[in-house]
Amino acid sequence: MNPISASLFLRRLFRRRLVLFAFVVLALIILLAILAPLVAPYSPTGMRVINRLKPPSTLHWFGTDEFGRDVLSRIIHGGRASLGIGMAVVVTSMLAGTTLGLVAGYFRSLDALIMRGVDAMMSLPDILLAIFLVAVLGASAGNVVLALAIVYTPRVVRVVRGSTLVVRELPFVEAARTLGVSTWQILTRHILLNVASPILVQATFIFAYAILAEAGLSFLGAGVPPETPTWGTMIASGQQFADRAIWVVLFPGLAIVLSALSLQLLGDGLRDMLDPKLRKAL
Amino acid sequence: MLTTLARKLGGMITVMFLVATMVFFLTRLAPGDPAALMLGDQATQADIEQLRKTYGLDQPLLVQYGLWLKEVIAGNLGQSIFLQRPVLTAIGERAEPTFFLALFSILIASLIGIPAGIISAVWRGGRSDQAVSAGAMLAASIPSFWLGLLFIQFFSVTLGWFPVAGYGDPGAPLAQRLYHLILPATVLGIVNSALITRFTRASMLDVLSEDFVRTARAKGLSESRIVLRHALGNALVPIITVVGLTAALLVGGAIITETVFGLPGIGNLVVSAVLRRDYPVIQGALIVIAGIYVMINFAIDVIYTLVDPRVKT
Repeated sequence: MNPISASLFLRRLFRRRLVLFAFVVLALIILLAILAPLVAPYSPTGMRVINRLKPPSTLHWFGTDEFGRDVLSRIIHGGRASLGIGMAVVVTSMLAGTTLGLVAGYFRSLDALIMRGVDAMMSLPDILLAIFLVAVLGASAGNVVLALAIVYTPRVVRVVRGSTLVVRELPFVEAARTLGVSTWQILTRHILLNVASPILVQATFIFAYAILAEAGLSFLGAGVPPETPTWGTMIASGQQFADRAIWVVLFPGLAIVLSALSLQLLGDGLRDMLDPKLRKAL
Repeated sequence: MLTTLARKLGGMITVMFLVATMVFFLTRLAPGDPAALMLGDQATQADIEQLRKTYGLDQPLLVQYGLWLKEVIAGNLGQSIFLQRPVLTAIGERAEPTFFLALFSILIASLIGIPAGIISAVWRGGRSDQAVSAGAMLAASIPSFWLGLLFIQFFSVTLGWFPVAGYGDPGAPLAQRLYHLILPATVLGIVNSALITRFTRASMLDVLSEDFVRTARAKGLSESRIVLRHALGNALVPIITVVGLTAALLVGGAIITETVFGLPGIGNLVVSAVLRRDYPVIQGALIVIAGIYVMINFAIDVIYTLVDPRVKT
């Protein structure tokens, strides 16, 4: 993308102030996670039992947890795992879902087979399928990514297949086929480029869902090992102290809400801009 | 019409077959020998061999699959390793709280989502529309367990209005047990209202732009009558679909909320089965939950076909 169209893209995207706000918040959260060791005021694992369950103060903005660890520092570091897992889920499910969706939409003979598989996966609630897959694969960060990627791939397949079905009938694809352009080139150059917008929109939403699902799995004890600080594991280990120290649960949860909300607002803004017809469907 | 329904029924059976197949083979990927797991740490190698033979675990995988599938079709989902009873019995015992939780949650979600969606569609682009859209996105961004923990702290611990957890005595009157469901159902209702809001809005916008709405306006009918009688009546089909499917997904999707509130429901059963590696229970619960979803989906299709002669696909 050249600089002029990039600036036009951003200007149109941020026409709604709420979308700009969401983008800034998200960028800030991601930046904090990347720079965690530099910006976190304390070590995320440094225990000082004498300091346990201290309420928010000027020293510890978000208070301390049951081991006297600084909650703010743990949230900043926890963002690395929570956002990292979310990002990995997005990339994996986009790759798998786009491939399967293109194949299902373009090669009609494979359509029924792929789509019945998608129906089967979608007949189970997300979190249930995820907890089952993690149980089978074993609880680790990598397997949580794999499980959630499997859970969200069918959504991508549906979106990509739907768009492919429309695009493949358009005259320019017909023309390319007549000119003898290879199927591979038609798929990757002509169709993929034209279904890129709905994929991008889906990606932001799946990012949000993945952050929520990862937290849910960690909370159930079927996610990443509890000693890894993620927003989900922080809430899980803090829940038994909620009656005395609500901040150990409150702030990690707010981090999840803020990230998921920013992503959904951004996705909504992208959809608005890339396909105004879809606006009606919200 | 009958051929349409027959085709749907065929699709439904295919989906269930695929779910069962996926569940079977994925479970076999799991680490650990099911026989060793069933017998516990004290078992000798000979005991394990014996049990493998009894359960047909020494047969080739495809033969095992065939035998298992035959049992499932006959309605036998096997025996729980830890609960010492058939899986179906274990699920049946846990069905009550899950059923009422799903019912109350979907009622609350509809009470929030349908009016919000209507308001948002009628004043499209205005402040109330933006507020509803932002509110729906916020609701969809809240982790249910976190909201549950905050609600417990505030409404149960601080104010003392509701029980902190559990489902009351099994012998207690139904009303008392249902009282335990108010907080969890509110949490699930809020979180699930987002999707219903979106569908109501989209469906209402579609209908409001149709000719008969213009005709009704030309006739001089009041706006509220047009919106609530003429438009809503015609917009209901997609709304009912999303309400029905959300309710179906709540049966298995409430696992996190059931855990937070200590409700002895199906979700709770699945979580403990996962933590104890009780594979027959996991398999059985997944098949039952997918079955409920598929059947509700099918029921919605049947209703459509009966109600709306235009639906032929």
